Amino acid sequence: MSAVSELIPPRAPPPSAKVPVTAARIAGIAVLILWGLLGIGLIMTVINGWDQTKFLRYGPRYLHGLWVTVSLVGLSVVLGAALSLPVAFARMSQNRVLNGIAYGYVYVFRSTPLLAQLFLIYYGLGSFRPELETVGLWWFFREAWYCGLLSFVLNTAAYQAEILRGAIQSVPRGQHEGAAALGLSPSIAFRKIVMPQALIVALRPYGNEIVLMMKGSAVVAIVTVFDLMGETRYAFSRTFDYQAYLWAAMFYLVMVEGLRQVWARLEKRLTRHLRR
Amino acid sequence: MGGALSALLDGLDPFCGPVGLFRLFGANSIIACGDAGWGDEIAFGVKVTISLALATVPVGLVLGFLIALAAQSQDRLLRMAAGIYTTIFRGLPELLTLFIVYYGAQILVQSVLSSFGVEERIEINAFVAGMIALAVVFSSYSSEVLLSAFRAIPRGQYEAGDALGLRRHRTMRLIVLPQLIRIALPGLTNLWLILLKDTSYVSVVGLSDILRQTGIAARVSKEAFFFYFIACLLYLILAMISSFGLGFVERWAKRSGVSR
Repeated sequence: MSAVSELIPPRAPPPSAKVPVTAARIAGIAVLILWGLLGIGLIMTVINGWDQTKFLRYGPRYLHGLWVTVSLVGLSVVLGAALSLPVAFARMSQNRVLNGIAYGYVYVFRSTPLLAQLFLIYYGLGSFRPELETVGLWWFFREAWYCGLLSFVLNTAAYQAEILRGAIQSVPRGQHEGAAALGLSPSIAFRKIVMPQALIVALRPYGNEIVLMMKGSAVVAIVTVFDLMGETRYAFSRTFDYQAYLWAAMFYLVMVEGLRQVWARLEKRLTRHLRR
Repeated sequence: MGGALSALLDGLDPFCGPVGLFRLFGANSIIACGDAGWGDEIAFGVKVTISLALATVPVGLVLGFLIALAAQSQDRLLRMAAGIYTTIFRGLPELLTLFIVYYGAQILVQSVLSSFGVEERIEINAFVAGMIALAVVFSSYSSEVLLSAFRAIPRGQYEAGDALGLRRHRTMRLIVLPQLIRIALPGLTNLWLILLKDTSYVSVVGLSDILRQTGIAARVSKEAFFFYFIACLLYLILAMISSFGLGFVERWAKRSGVSR
């Protein structure tokens, strides 16, 4: 026998909270519509201006330019990393002279434009042709591609040296002392204890540096290298078709965004032991 | 009055004035001022570079501030719109952004004019195009800096403003902005130095900045290394001066924090 003889009739659920129409919402919708229109406009330009002959003619050239860009950036980042090691160590050394030289190098290359450095190397050093021929280095400075590579390596090495130095110095002293207490020799302590921790700190700045390099590499187009930007300029100068730049923008966006995503994944994976 | 002012400015001209840099090498050197050398042309380029950078900063900062506000708003759609903006303009090379703005604006203005029946070939001002492109890039980076500064300001500061009966925009102006500037200043200093370097790209679309002027001098005089070296040196000096000056600003912004 239950005390309850009548059940409470089921009631309608409470009304869902209304999203108020605020100025922010209106602005958001307006800007999103603007983006949508721009996107549609972009697609329409590509569809309306679709030209099979142009596509067949410049498509492969774009792909080749893409390869030039990627290989140039890849090579310069790797070579720059190799060059940044001694610079970073010189920057951390107690020796006044070494420290001064490394500081000057980093300061100069970080505070002048990449374009000016490239011009200085390609046109500037290129004007010493007889001297370079006697030294046997003319083949190197004759080619715009090599000059671009050299200036990129010098530039990125300066940035990477600062990243590396910051990362190594961010490892607490106690880690060095702990390694010394365990009787590890300084070189092994550096390789097995300091460096792994430093590289995790350096991971994100390294990713940013590669992205900056990828964007900065567009300047080689100005000294006649046919990278992605160079092919774009070539196609535009031949066809006067604005699409040339839109295609390049898409390529660069996909490249940079893809790299960013891959890097975020990588960082998530490599720092999984640090997450709580 | 105007004559006196311009005479004073001429006297203080760091390049071609009476105690100017390019006067040191005599009147017949290759970088002398006047017809004999390239000093005055290069000095003009320096002025263009500085004025372009100075004209870009306010536009870029205001735009970046608005985007940072949008990126931290409660509204999902507004956040998304701001995200698209920063993703695009941080992903494109500055050079490509410049070309897109330069040629795109030209095509746009031309098509607008032709719809009104005006068939005329027009050239977009390279300064304006460069300013827009650099401001767009600057704003997308500065919005990130300002956003992280916004996040560094505790909620309690807004609540304190509410408790004092201040309106939203007065809370922003009197309480949040002074702290925001202090927190964001190192990042913005970096962005200014990057902007100063990025102005070199406008030389490609024909604006007479440092790099273009030295480039012309290099081609005509066949002293490429010397002139591009001078270009690098000038950028270096500009960077040094601005980091020195911004150091003062930073100390000024931190003046309330020092005594604690």
